Amino acid sequence: MNSNGNQLWKKIKAWPLLLPVVALLLVMAVNIFHDLMQGSNPLSFFTITLNQTTSGGTILYGRIIDILNRGSEVAILALGMTLVVSSSAGTDISVGSVMSLSASFCCMLLAGYGVANTSELAVPLIVGVLAAFAMGTLCGAFNGTLVAYFGIQPMVATLILFSAARAIGLLLCNNLIVYVRNSSFGAFGAFTGPVPTPILIAAICIALVALVLRNTSLGMYIQSVGINAKASRIAGLNSKKIIFLTYVICGFFAGVAGLVNSSRITSADSNNIGLYYEMDAILAVALGGNSLGGGKFNLAGSIIGAYTIQAITTTLYALGVSTDQAPVYKAIIVIIIVAIQSAPLKAYFRKRSNIKKTGTKEAARA
Amino acid sequence: MNKFKSMNSNTMLLLITVALFIVMYAGGCIAYGSKGFTHLQTFLNILITNSGLICVACGLTVVMLTAGIDISVGSLVAMDCMMLAVGMKSGIGAVQMCLLVLLVGVVFGMVQGFLIGYLEIQPFIVTMAGMFFGRGMTAVICTDQVSITQDINAAFYSWANAKVVLPFGGYVNNKGKYMAPFVRVEVIIALIVLILIFLMLRYTRFGRALYAIGGSEQSAAMMGLNVKQTKMKAYMLSSVLTSIGGICYCLNTMAGSVQQATGLEMDAISSAVIGGTLLTGGVGNVLGTFVGVLINGTISSIVKTNGKLASSWPNILTAALLFVFIVIQSLFAAMRTKKK
Amino acid sequence: MEDNIVLTARGINMTFPGVKALENVDFTLRRGEIHALMGENGAGKSTLIKCLTGINDFESGEIHIEGVEGPVKNHSTRDAQNVGISTVYQEVNLCPNLSVAENLFIGREPLTAIKTVDRNSYNKRSQKIMDDLGISVDVTQNLENYSLAIQQMVAIARAVDMECKVLILDEPTSSLDDEEVEKLFRLMRMLRDKGVGIIFVTHFLEQVYEVCDRITVLRNGTLVGEYPIADLPRVKLVAAMMGKDLDDLASIKGETKDLSHAPLEISARGLAHTGTVKPFDLDIHKGEVIGIGGLLGSGRSELARSIYGADKANVGTLKVKDQEVQIHQPIDAMNLGMGMLPDDRKAEGIIADLTVRENIILALQAKTGTFKKLSRQKQNEIADRYIDLLSIKTPTAETLVKQLSGGNQQKCILARWLATDPDFLILDEPTRGIDIGTKTEIQKLILELAEQGKSILFISSEIMEMVRTCNRMVIMRDGEKVGEVGGDITEQKVMHAIAGGES
Repeated sequence: MNSNGNQLWKKIKAWPLLLPVVALLLVMAVNIFHDLMQGSNPLSFFTITLNQTTSGGTILYGRIIDILNRGSEVAILALGMTLVVSSSAGTDISVGSVMSLSASFCCMLLAGYGVANTSELAVPLIVGVLAAFAMGTLCGAFNGTLVAYFGIQPMVATLILFSAARAIGLLLCNNLIVYVRNSSFGAFGAFTGPVPTPILIAAICIALVALVLRNTSLGMYIQSVGINAKASRIAGLNSKKIIFLTYVICGFFAGVAGLVNSSRITSADSNNIGLYYEMDAILAVALGGNSLGGGKFNLAGSIIGAYTIQAITTTLYALGVSTDQAPVYKAIIVIIIVAIQSAPLKAYFRKRSNIKKTGTKEAARA
Repeated sequence: MNKFKSMNSNTMLLLITVALFIVMYAGGCIAYGSKGFTHLQTFLNILITNSGLICVACGLTVVMLTAGIDISVGSLVAMDCMMLAVGMKSGIGAVQMCLLVLLVGVVFGMVQGFLIGYLEIQPFIVTMAGMFFGRGMTAVICTDQVSITQDINAAFYSWANAKVVLPFGGYVNNKGKYMAPFVRVEVIIALIVLILIFLMLRYTRFGRALYAIGGSEQSAAMMGLNVKQTKMKAYMLSSVLTSIGGICYCLNTMAGSVQQATGLEMDAISSAVIGGTLLTGGVGNVLGTFVGVLINGTISSIVKTNGKLASSWPNILTAALLFVFIVIQSLFAAMRTKKK
Repeated sequence: MEDNIVLTARGINMTFPGVKALENVDFTLRRGEIHALMGENGAGKSTLIKCLTGINDFESGEIHIEGVEGPVKNHSTRDAQNVGISTVYQEVNLCPNLSVAENLFIGREPLTAIKTVDRNSYNKRSQKIMDDLGISVDVTQNLENYSLAIQQMVAIARAVDMECKVLILDEPTSSLDDEEVEKLFRLMRMLRDKGVGIIFVTHFLEQVYEVCDRITVLRNGTLVGEYPIADLPRVKLVAAMMGKDLDDLASIKGETKDLSHAPLEISARGLAHTGTVKPFDLDIHKGEVIGIGGLLGSGRSELARSIYGADKANVGTLKVKDQEVQIHQPIDAMNLGMGMLPDDRKAEGIIADLTVRENIILALQAKTGTFKKLSRQKQNEIADRYIDLLSIKTPTAETLVKQLSGGNQQKCILARWLATDPDFLILDEPTRGIDIGTKTEIQKLILELAEQGKSILFISSEIMEMVRTCNRMVIMRDGEKVGEVGGDITEQKVMHAIAGGES
């Protein structure tokens, strides 16, 4: 290999988005292969068309649109999760349950307590929406307090809501699935013009976070605290507050995701909303090339990671895997990714490539 | 003097736990005495329904001593139950299936233990993946609920229904019939597990090595302990105990389903924590965990006896208790570092 | 080979990516000697030790150990222990949650007939070991209940009981006070007389001359030489370590100015942080350099921390520039024009995974506010200015700070504070663990800053450093301010005051 090629290879290897992009390309490849095997257009994965709906509107249609649409919740969750992982070297495993609780709280308010099926809103829509956000934020604040101010390991602290939030949601909904069959509520999961609204909501959330990170020094603070909280404090950062803040942000986005998710089905199904989403969000962060050990983060990676996960999920369904079975494959992917990132394995590969290098040198000498 | 205090805070946690159990149980007796809460059988029933949890929580205590955690236990139990149910339905013998389940436990634990011990991946991430893997695998085996009836496997059915009658503590019911208190096979299994693990932790090199690793992993390695291997063994032990727990659980429910034993990891973790096992590792023992299980059992029992409370209450209460104990632990830890 | 040699290392080579850490290093240890291994940071001391103990895989060379056939290559500390090499580090590598006896025997507990550990037997044996070594402890108590010194001795006892021929003590005295050091030395001499070969790594020259028989000096990964202690006076030792004479060290101090009439910068009355430092009064004038003398654990760092709000003071009043202030946490202090370089660089100083630029601008950014992000151009300017000013040796401003040497990392933290343009700067052990060249630079910088009218609180475990730079010194003992030494400060005076004699 010439030195130019070597340099390029090194640059590619150092590219932070390498892992998520490679994963995304792999998923696309699997799709193209599958389409070929099925005898359909190999590029059908990429085809986007404008379709007429029964109600006369035009909507965007295509597998990519579907992935972007369905992946909205994971992308939203991944934003908060990335910050949490960075600041506290731990993950918030309660996000799925918090989604469910936020949705339940929202629908309970919109339908009125104890009402299981309604098309009338008991309170103005905005109250329900804000309630979902507030509930998410509150849960985030609870997690954040435990982690930042009581010094409890993040995953243990969030384990509490992981198991309790769903149960509390059930309690709020009186053990029922609450249906709010009202188009204004359903709007968050429907279409705005030809574009699925969840995509827009995700885009707004991403833009919001990007804007904040660009125009404030919060990004550096979060990384700084994640790398060394004590030193950051001495340098004038309020480490605890920053960790707390990341959990609040994560909780808020869980609330947003919960709202979107329940709006899609215009109901609060406490047992199923957000089920396994914590796994997807964590997977998105890991797939995005972020170390689960905290410190430096790469938001773009997490977002690509999130849509990659959705692409994987969609592909799995297309391959005939059921919803209940999909976690098996995702679990395996998580393990592969974190295993690749693990220090001992990296050291092992480095050693091997070193041996190879010195080996070839010696061969050249001889 | 320092010594006296530090010992105190650990024993104090345990004392709080024991006191909590007594108060809770006494409260149950007073409130629901008329519903038979005072009978010995109520207590034995707690043991019977929680026999699986006892085994699982013992396993969890073992990994928590190394400052690790295992949240895959709930779905592993579900997978075990489903395997037992589907396996026996397809005509395989009960003994063979139980051995198979234990073998799966060994392999499952070995993989998790390898990833945690040798690849140094965070236990939470690995066992979370394990949790989703187990749950998904349960669905891969079968998505329906499968019951084990007498027709499917007579042997397993007879084990499940065998009563071990105690010679004391019975009562005469309102029809004038003497009700002898009894436990079931799974309770015996669970208690044997409990005693064995207690002795193992206290009197074997492996047991002491677990405490050493929890105290300081680096030191343990420096002192020549094989940390990686010990950790891997700890997770293997946890999965094997969980599989034994899965068999106990199945003897109790006589069915396999995808949604079975959800949140069991939570019950097991909270039992261990309430029983005085520190999340930071190095402190705790299974007797405390046993009391923790009893507290969880008492909560469920009270909610069930009440009959009017929503079924999600035990979940919420367990989480609340876990919350309280975690906060107490962190306060004690803060006090200890402050003293230094 | 001489008869009484227990360990020889010949021609050891070891490379880290980009650095030749050890080049052809020889080392010989005899039975019954205490052998100092000396060198500046980066000289290769710890690398050599890691090669001996199996943590590092050296590339070429041979290690021979008495009683073991052929060259020895250890792959783990366990291997090393098996051939008789034990190491005791500064941070005690024992388990605090286990009893002393268990710490002595973990992993090799005597077993009973049914393969369970025999507690009775090892408790008895442990008590005997400790009694024999003259360490009075109850072996059934948990280790965490004993002082660091005792813990270290337990670690040594463990090594000794494992029949080690070679005992490596890596900076064991760094966290001990004088009395504890004395105890440790007594133990070391006792072991020496029993025939153990001891390798002693330390930064403290005095201790070397007090307890060692022989010195091996390394510099930049190569062997300078091996000397009997009598043949190498202090000056020569320093010269051997540095490779040059450093007489400019002695001459940096100018005249002592009387600044007692300069305006007050800091004025503390009855300030205290319960549990670590008792109420103290302290005035610091503009342009003054105040030293804090005292042993480790005397409350010298804690005094500084209570002013800065690193450990919030809970009683007393603090005036900054004649204004009474409340400081709840570091940022409050920073807004009043303070800065603090903490003593533990790794734990409280650097943000290892951030770049040099980010490390330098961090405090300034925190002070400016979250919502007023410094432009990238401004950040670069600041970083470049201080890299230049303090001659920080780094490839670029975008290099991760963890990739720099200790001394350059310390300079980055200094730069971080200088960038905030503080009026009052606390420097807690700014020269610890860095090479003598950088030490001199930092001392000169302190004097320069004082010239510019900044007040400085300077803490160092090397009294001479403070004697050379300070206008006045505060003396701490057992968490209490016991006096001040002003005027013509001499090492003698300060030592007296610290020791508690009449001064």
